[in-house]
Formats: sequence, structure tokens, C-alpha cells
Amino acid sequence: MDFLTLIQVLDSTIRLTTPLLLACLAGLYSERAGIFDIGLEGKMLAAAFFSAAVAYVSGSVWLGLGAGIVSSVVLSGLHGLASITFRGNQLISGLAVTMLAQGFTVLVAQDWFSQGGRTPSLSGGARFTGITLPFADTLAPVPFIGPIYAELISGHSILVYLAFALVPLTWWVLFRTRFGLRLRAVGENPAAVDTAGVSVTGLRFSAVIICGVLCGIAGAYLSTALQAGFVKEMTAGRGYIALAALIFAKWRPWHALWACLLFGLLQAIALRYQSINLGGIVIPVQVMDALPYILTVVILAGFVGKAIPPRAGGEPYVKER
Amino acid sequence: MDKMPRWADVVLIPLISILLAAVLSALVILAIGENPIAALKLMVQGSLGSTYGWGYTLYYATSFMFTGLAVAVAYHARMFNIGGEGQAMVGGLGVALVLLFIPFPHWTLALVVAIAAAALFGAAWAAIPAYLQAARGSHVVITTIMFNFIAAAFLNYMLVNTLRPQGAMDPATERFSPNVHLPTLHEMLVPFGINFSKAAPANFSLVVAIIACVLVWVLIWRTKLGYEIRAYGHSESGALYAGISPFKIIMIAMLISGALAGCMAINNVMGEAERLVLNATENAGFIGIAVALMGRNHPFGVFLAAILFGFLYQGGAELALWTSIPRELITVIQALVILFTGALDNMVRMPLEKLFLAMRRRGA
Amino acid sequence: MTDPAIELKGISKSFGPVQANKDISIRVMPGTIHGIIGENGAGKSTLMSILYGFYKADSGEIWIDGSETQIPDSQAAIAAGIGMVFQHFKLVENFTVLENVILGAEDSGLLKPSLTRARKALLDLAQEYGLNVDPDARIDEIGVGMQQRVEILKALYREAQILILDEPTGVLTPAEADQLFRILHRLREEGKTIILITHKLREIMEATDQVSVMRRGEMVATRTTSQTNPEELAELMVGRKVLLRVDKVPAQPGAKILEIKGLRVRDDKGVERVKGIDLNVRAGEILGIAGVAGNGQSELMEVLGGMRAGSGEVLLNGQPLELIGANGRAIRDKGIAHVPEDRQREGLIMDFHAWENVAFGYHHDEKYSRGLLMDNAALRADTEAKIEKFGIRPPNGWLSAKNFSGGNQQKIVVAREIERNPDLLLVGQPTRGVDIGAIEFIHKQIVALRDAGKAVLLVSVELEEIFSLSDRIAVMFDGHIMGERLPDRTDEKELGLLMAGVAGEAA
Repeated sequence: MDFLTLIQVLDSTIRLTTPLLLACLAGLYSERAGIFDIGLEGKMLAAAFFSAAVAYVSGSVWLGLGAGIVSSVVLSGLHGLASITFRGNQLISGLAVTMLAQGFTVLVAQDWFSQGGRTPSLSGGARFTGITLPFADTLAPVPFIGPIYAELISGHSILVYLAFALVPLTWWVLFRTRFGLRLRAVGENPAAVDTAGVSVTGLRFSAVIICGVLCGIAGAYLSTALQAGFVKEMTAGRGYIALAALIFAKWRPWHALWACLLFGLLQAIALRYQSINLGGIVIPVQVMDALPYILTVVILAGFVGKAIPPRAGGEPYVKER
Repeated sequence: MDKMPRWADVVLIPLISILLAAVLSALVILAIGENPIAALKLMVQGSLGSTYGWGYTLYYATSFMFTGLAVAVAYHARMFNIGGEGQAMVGGLGVALVLLFIPFPHWTLALVVAIAAAALFGAAWAAIPAYLQAARGSHVVITTIMFNFIAAAFLNYMLVNTLRPQGAMDPATERFSPNVHLPTLHEMLVPFGINFSKAAPANFSLVVAIIACVLVWVLIWRTKLGYEIRAYGHSESGALYAGISPFKIIMIAMLISGALAGCMAINNVMGEAERLVLNATENAGFIGIAVALMGRNHPFGVFLAAILFGFLYQGGAELALWTSIPRELITVIQALVILFTGALDNMVRMPLEKLFLAMRRRGA
Repeated sequence: MTDPAIELKGISKSFGPVQANKDISIRVMPGTIHGIIGENGAGKSTLMSILYGFYKADSGEIWIDGSETQIPDSQAAIAAGIGMVFQHFKLVENFTVLENVILGAEDSGLLKPSLTRARKALLDLAQEYGLNVDPDARIDEIGVGMQQRVEILKALYREAQILILDEPTGVLTPAEADQLFRILHRLREEGKTIILITHKLREIMEATDQVSVMRRGEMVATRTTSQTNPEELAELMVGRKVLLRVDKVPAQPGAKILEIKGLRVRDDKGVERVKGIDLNVRAGEILGIAGVAGNGQSELMEVLGGMRAGSGEVLLNGQPLELIGANGRAIRDKGIAHVPEDRQREGLIMDFHAWENVAFGYHHDEKYSRGLLMDNAALRADTEAKIEKFGIRPPNGWLSAKNFSGGNQQKIVVAREIERNPDLLLVGQPTRGVDIGAIEFIHKQIVALRDAGKAVLLVSVELEEIFSLSDRIAVMFDGHIMGERLPDRTDEKELGLLMAGVAGEAA
């Protein structure tokens, strides 16, 4: 593999990492607050559709992004209603949210656009386009550094930079602010938060809403930046890979970045090569597809350091003495 | 005292939930400019109005009975087996392998072996998540989700790289021998002078599914093992006290669950397609969750809910054929049923409990 | 006259059909320690949770320092100067002490200033009240006594004037408890008002100025502590003269049934809780194990009941038991029956019918099964017989276990285990949360089993129960047996010292 191919694969890795990272951080806020969310996939899917649809109709990708976020937050609210207000089963709720999105997006897409459950393809102002960073063109001819800066770092859409910037921001919020302290506390022991005079419901809802916003951005990125328009089931399991990454990262922001980069790289490789020949051993592309899940199972099994989720995760909060 | 009579819990709550789901779906249909009443009529006509419709309804219902029972058995041991989809896929592989490579003289023998293979492969696919839950406490929901994706990749590999006949474009196996063809409902009913549709895919697997419902009922409510499974499901510390090994119960319940999900393959792979194709399960594993929730994890409830969802699937297909409403409407209804019966259970339950409490106070 | 620090007027609270508090009024004067005593389930904790805004009262008023105050949530209670130390601590285990202290009382959006201020405040509080805690220690790395201090510090950091402690000594050794009471006295000297909830008469007599007695959700009396005595309070608590001693003939111990040699047991976290003990129980005797909760008694019972693994040697009728855990069935087959400490989590499946619970643990018996199947008809017939013989009310085997009262639930468990006619009966906290009538009945059943020549190993944190049932008493502290005594040659004081870890004979 030559240098330029490597740059291309890594460039593709960054693009593919972005939606994973956004969704993974979304899940991180929710699960750190004690609300398990296996519905990341559904929220991304809904946002992907609504942002593409609104961007197409309005011609503005920003309106599209807004619509995507709103749709994702609505689903988050539903998940919150089920798992916080009505103390329902969070896993079942997450599953229902995903199914709802899978059905609803196609239903509405068909009704609005009659193109077999897809939106018309987007162009111009209805898409996020790459941003050329300062001096990218100037530096491009410089050997080694040039391609890395101009091809790999520069030229992505604003959402890519946002996703990566969210990693340190999330770390800071979680570990350096009052909100973060309370958020972590409510995921570990909601009774401690409640008796300290802070609303468990309020905290958990805000976490779930943040989760919705980030999933919304992730979905919008899929349909308006990574691709030009919505197609049925376009998230293709990314919500679950993000969930896998979150477990892989043991619910920590920086580790989430590394996990998402790893899974993004696997996707990039799978996209580019049908099979990989490692000194005589041929690895079929399906192994690449399955690897994030296999790695997560290995982590979950505790063979490589045990993944302990937030202690109150998945349990509805019921007051007791 | 219980807050509500049992019948309210078992019958009323699921009914209200499905009603809520139906009302919301009707609103969706209205919103896309179709008439919900006409749509319902079309669904009933298309799925129950002819033996052809019934044949499809029962075909789908057969699959859903297996996956619904799979979820229900695990649920009694307080585990949420979300991996029915993957287990059914791998069960399909088991069925395909024995039917492709063993020359069976007659379908009856083939069916017995196919059931064994389906159950074995399905159980094997559930075994790793089960073991990780039992021995290492890895959450079975997450691992079974992961195993669904791993199964999909595995099957993709097997069909594309290994089992696809030379020169074929489809990622699918060869057709099975005609010797292993399962009787369809048409063939089964002819001796009784009933002319059931020839084209419909419902087949002998329906009988197997109904037997499975009965066996699961016996297992859960009549056997010592079922007693232990239910006891463990209600209280792990209680089970430990009573000398019931949590490890054993987790393993056995998940293996039975996986085997049941795997057995779905005799319906769709052996009974209908008569070869293994990619994505043969068509989400039946997930529908099993809705079926089990709706049927309150009771085999008879699962039986009824499976038929209801069979009706929805066939009705939905008819809708897609004759109106502008796409099949995905059914996914929406299914999601709403899961939401109301599973996650928003308390929303339906709490007002009802208050109502019953008030009625009792007045009575007392 | 000064206004009371707290006055509750006509507080009522129901949970569904259960009325936990009925028209309760109480006045607590500032700068006093006010005890509230009552049996388990008398409604003490509910009342205090209402005062702390954790629950909302159905009716009634709360007056603080002479003015009516609404306390809809804990926030309001904190603002009104109330702090509460719950029986089960409300701490975030993987946070530091400092983080737990500031949680909910942060000064600003950023943590740093709050942490700095809290660190200094903790130093001051430590000096003022002797409440020393390492501010950077993680909660899961410090002991329960320290954790309780953190809870008190949390309240003081929020400038609480009124401090409520719910059963604070349940998890403490007597020494730690004494230390706690010294701190409480310091707080009183500083003018704080303290409400101490307990069911232990001794603590009331030692620590309080005033005492109010609750029974079955009602406030039955308030006394000045110095003008009352334990006998009067006990009578007020239970509503009639208590028969503390069970009538029984002297024991006639026979052969050794149970021999324990060098037994060691670890808990779920891997901490050693039983640290090499030796015990014997003979046929026809009741060995009572006294001790503060959490000193290894539970783990001892769990190992003998096959619920937990252990190491060392345990012989039953001279035959070694396998201490591998999760082998309750084999243990039962050898002739051990077990009335567990927690009937709701262990002894019964609350959602099972009574008739299903009657075979719980014995469902493999030929009596209850046919091959792979359960014999439900046999179960139901057996249930009818037990309901009759043990006077279980209501006499309906189809009810779920959760629909019986605590006493009747315990009767179901005791009926099941005693009817086995075991060689050895393990009994943990047999009368916790059980009404007086059922206590007498259950005690008589246990003594009857002894009189039939069986061995009984009893664990109870209630010294009165230990005294009234045991033929021999062993005291457990920190995983060790501190000594054995005969009930008529010892007293509560001596046992109390042993329970506190003060060594036996020599002391």
C-alpha cells in the first residue's frame, strides 16, 4: 500500500468515524446518566431522513440539520417518557424507538417523495461541503506533511470538526462542571442525587435530550454530508457499532474517540477492499464487518479488562428508604 | 391484595395497548391521505378473506410462534433474548446443511433431522452469549445484539463464498431435493376435501409450531425445570437459596430459547424457500419480541399474538400492493405494540390500577 | 416559651391500601436529641422521609421554628435547614468524599471553586466535631462508619440545623455507635436539633432527651427519657405486656450434629467475612449467635445453607459438607433445613402462589413431583395441611406470597422448613418484621423442634430473642467467635462487650 492510498484510507476513516463518534458520545451522555439507549440507530435514522427531506425542500442544509435534530430529540423524548417518567424497560423502549424510525422514515419518504422510501438526491446548499482549512492549498505540495494536512485534515465538513471537538468538550463537561458531576452521580446512584435536592428526572431528561441532539447531528451528517440524500435503512447498524464503541470505551470520552477511530478504520478498509491478504492468510470482508461486534463481545466478556457500566444504568429510579 | 384482577393484567392491558397502537396507526394512515377504515378492510380481506390470504397469514404466524416462544422462554428466566434474528439465521444454515448434504428418502425423516439441526445451530448461536452472561455477567442483551450482526456477516460469508453454487449470481444455496419438500396446507387438507390455496406458503411447520407452543407451556408451567426457570426469573437470590443453580438456569433457558428461534428455519427455509437465501429471516426475530410482549410470555398468548402479527404482515403486504401505503406501516405498528406493551406498560397500567382500586373501595 | 424546632401536625400517609402514618403529631424542641422508637414497620422512617421531602404527606402540616413550611422535595428540606442520614446511605460509591459532599450543593457551574471551599469546610468541621475523614478517599474504599460520617458531613456542609438519623447504629459496632453518640452530643451542644430513629431501647435510654413511641403508624406517646424506663417503652411499642421468655424445659443435648472447624467465607466483593471459626451444635439444643449485623453471621448461614462457597471443614453427623456454594439441593438432601434471614428476597418467591412456595427448595422431592413434572395436586394438598396446622391467614393457598402479612409469610417458610423434620435447622432473624402473635408461635415451633432432639443454629441481631431461645450463646464479631456463654450465666452487658470485640474471659 503506497502513501497516497494510506492517506485515502485514513481520510475515509475520518469520514466514517464521524457519525460513529457523534452517536457514541450521544450514548455516553445518556448511559452515564443511567439511561441505557439501544435506540441510537433509530434516532440517527430519523434524523438522516428528516434532515435530507427538509434540506431538499428548503434548499438549506442548516434547516435540514435543525429538522434532523428535532426529529431525533422527539424520539429521545419518547425514550425518556418510557424509561424515566413511566419507569419502563429501557431496552425494550430503545428497540421500539429504532423500529419506529425504521418504519416511519420509509412511510413518510414514500408519502412525500414517492421514490421508494428515499429522498431525491441533494446538491448545492442542501449539502454540507468540505471546508478547506487555511494554507491547505499552499502546503499541499510539501512532501509528506502536505498530503496529510491538505487531504487528511483539511477538506471535511464542519460536522466532522464538530464531532472531534466534542470529545474534549464532553470530557470537560463530565469531569469539570457541576452538570457533569450530577450527571455521573445520577447514573451511579440516583438516590444520592435525589436526597441532595437535585431532580433525578430533570437530570436524566437533559441527558437524554443531549443524546437526541448528538444523534440528530450524526444522522444529518450521514444524509447531507457523507452521502447526498436519504435511503432506506441508511444507518446500516452504525447505531449499534456506536453502542459497541461506547462499551469498548468503557463509557469514557477519550476512549470513545479511539474506539470509534478503530471501528471507522475497519469500515474504511471493508469499503475499499473485498478481502485482505495478510501474508497468505486471506481475511474476507465479512470479518471486517463483524470485527467491531466481535471485539465488543470480547471486551464485554471481560477478557481485556472488564467493562462495568454505570451502576444505576438500565434501572428506573424508584424512591425507597 | 393485588391491585388488579388477573384477567385485567392478562387480557385488558394487551388489548388496550394494541388499541392504542391501532389508533395511532390509523392517524398515520389518515395523515398520508388514505382512509384507515378502507385500509383495515383491505387488510382483513387480503389476509383472512381467502385461503390464499390465510395461507400467508399462517405462514408468517408460524415463524412468529417460534421466535415469540424463544423470547418468552428466556423472559421467564428474566433474560431479554434480542438475538432471535441471529439464532434463526444460523438455524437456517443448519437446516440448509443437512438438507443439502444428506440424501433423505422422505420428508418426515428430513423434518426430524432438520428440526434437530435447526435447534442445535440456534442453540449453539445462543450458547456464547448465554455462557458469557452466566459465567462472566456480560449483559445478554448487548451480546445477543452483537451476535445478530456477527451472524449476518457469517451467513453472508457462507452464502457468498462457500455455499453458492458455481456460476450462480445469487448469494443463495442450491435448491433442496424434492424429497424433502414439506407438505403445504393445500396438500395436507386435500384428503379432508378442503380446497386450500395452492399458492400459499403455509406448510406442515405450522403443526410443529403449535406442538412447540404446547411443549413450552408444559415446560414452563408443569415441569420442575420450568418451576426453577420461573423461580430464578423472579428472584436470583431466592433461586440460590432454593438450591437452583443460576448458571444452569441461564444456560438452559438461553439454549432452549436459541433452539426455538433456530426452529423457525424449518418454516421459512425448508417449508417455503426450499433453499437458504440471504436475509431469509426478514426480521422475524425482532417481531418475536413484539409477539412475546403482546402474548404476555404465555405460550397461548404467543400463539394468538403470532396470528395477529401474521395478519398484520399479510395485510400490510396487501396494502402495499393496492394502496400507496408502504409495507413499513407494519414496522410502525409493530414498534408501537412493543412500545405500549413493553416500555410504556406503566402508562396503560397505572390509570387502570387506580380505576380498579377506586371500584373496589366503592364495592367495599 | 421557645417555638419547637419541628412540629408536625396531623400527618397522614398511605401507600396504596397500606396506611403508614395515621394523623401523627409531634413537637421537637431545639437543642435536644429526640428519639423516635417503634418496631419495624411502625412508620418511623416514612414519617421522617416526609419531613425530608422524600415522600409527600397525604395530609397534615409541617412547622419549622414556629412557622408553617411546605416541604415538597428534599431541596426544600435542605433549604429549611434539615439534613438526613438515611439507614441505607445515599452516597455515590465511586466518587470521592469531597465530591459526595458538594453534590447538589455546588457553588457554581464549575467544580473547582466548590471543591476548594468544601475541602476547607471539611477541615473545619473535622476540628469542630471530631469528624475526621480523608476528603480524597473514594467511598467504596472506606468503611461503613466513615461513610456515615460523610453523610453527617454532607448535612453539616449544607448548614443543617436539624439532623435526622434513621437507624444509624444498625451497621455499627457498639464502639462505633458510642463514638457516633459522642458526636451527636457535640452537635447538640452547638445548638443543633437531632432526631434519632431506632428500634433499640438501649440507644434511646443512653442518648436522648425526649422519646416518642410509634406503633402501627400511630404516635402513641411522648416521654421525657429520664422519666421513663425500658419496660414502659417496650410496652408502649408493642401495645401489651411482652412475653420475652419462651417457656421451655432445660435442653438435653445429645450427639454433635454440626461441627465447624476453621471455616472461612468471603462475601461477593471478595472480602473475608468469616475468619476461621469453630462451632458445634448438638442434637436437642439451640445455639444462638449474637452480634451486630454485618459481622459475618449472614455469610455463615449462607455457607451452611449452600448459597455461598467457603473453606475449612464442616461436618454434619460426622460427614463432611461440600462448601462449594450453589449446592442448596445437596445440602437439603443431607438433612439441613434453612429459614433464611430475608424471607422476601430468599425464602419465598413473592409472585408465586403460596402452594408453589410450599415446595420451594424441595421441588425435586418425590412427594412433590412425578419424573420431570411437578405434582401440583400434591403441592396444593400439602399447602392446605400446612395452612391448617400453622394457622396461616388468610387460609388461601392460591394467594401470592406477597399478599400475606410478614408474620404469615414467615409462617409459610417456617412451616416448610420445620415440617422437613431436619437434623439441623438454620434460622436467620426468624422474627424480623413479624407481629407479636406470630413471634410467639414461631418461637414455640423452634423450641418444639429442639425438644424433638434436633439441632438448631439461630442467628439474630435481637439480643432478647437470643436470650429467650438459646441454650448456648456464641458471640460473633468481625468474622470471629468472641466467646460462648450460657444464657443464665451472662447478661446483656457482657454480651454487648463481646459484640463490640472486647475479648472474653480475661476482660
